[in-house]
Amino acid sequence: MRIRINLASLKQTQWHDYLTRFLLGGAITVATGLIAKHFGPVIGGLFLAFPAIFPAGATLIDKHERDKKRRAGIPRTIRGRLAAALDARGAAMGSIALAAFGLFVWKLLPLHNAAVILAAALAGWLALATLIWRVRKLHVYSSVSR
Amino acid sequence: MELVERFLLGGLIISAFAVVGDILRPRGFAGLFGAAPSVALATLALTVLTEGRQYAALEARSMIAGAIAFLAYALVCVYFMAKGHFPSGPTAVAMLFVWGIFAFGLWSTLLR
Repeated sequence: MRIRINLASLKQTQWHDYLTRFLLGGAITVATGLIAKHFGPVIGGLFLAFPAIFPAGATLIDKHERDKKRRAGIPRTIRGRLAAALDARGAAMGSIALAAFGLFVWKLLPLHNAAVILAAALAGWLALATLIWRVRKLHVYSSVSR
Repeated sequence: MELVERFLLGGLIISAFAVVGDILRPRGFAGLFGAAPSVALATLALTVLTEGRQYAALEARSMIAGAIAFLAYALVCVYFMAKGHFPSGPTAVAMLFVWGIFAFGLWSTLLR
């Protein structure tokens, strides 16, 4: 399955959805800093992988899918819920790569330039998350064709 | 001032990852960005500047436990949304306690 960009989906998102995510993102980053300051980096670090905006994203996906079906004349549908579940499955795969991101930064940050390590860790996260997604897709397709 | 910087940087990075997740297809692939290291990038970059690299590395070590907790949280969300027939938004919020249990469970057994 090919990965593609669908810019039209940006039109479905309202300005207040962007604002909500910006505010949530800012708030969780501030909260993470404050927690680390009060309780130390070991507790504060846990919150670097807090699913801060996942609930907002899942709600949005569900709403978009239901709106699409409503416009097509289908008032009740489970498609929104299933699309959000698919998003959560993707997040589960992304979280495995997130753990690898943490491991990479933990081991290499004290030894090298911080900007280089964070950029490399981000590239590594994307590569590993994509690989996990691809392997899972191959596994699903091979199970179906068997 | 530092809090304002944190807020703006965090908001921008997290929004940017969310927009990337919005425009990518298929949906399952876009979902990867729900677990993008957005909070981590914003926080670690500022922490290195204010507290140093050793302190930030210690945060990154705990982040591994947080990410395992995220995996548990996401799998529970998949189950309840797809098979349990529960609405997505409230389920995603209600299940945050699963993240808390796993994150603090791992902290108390391995990191404390």
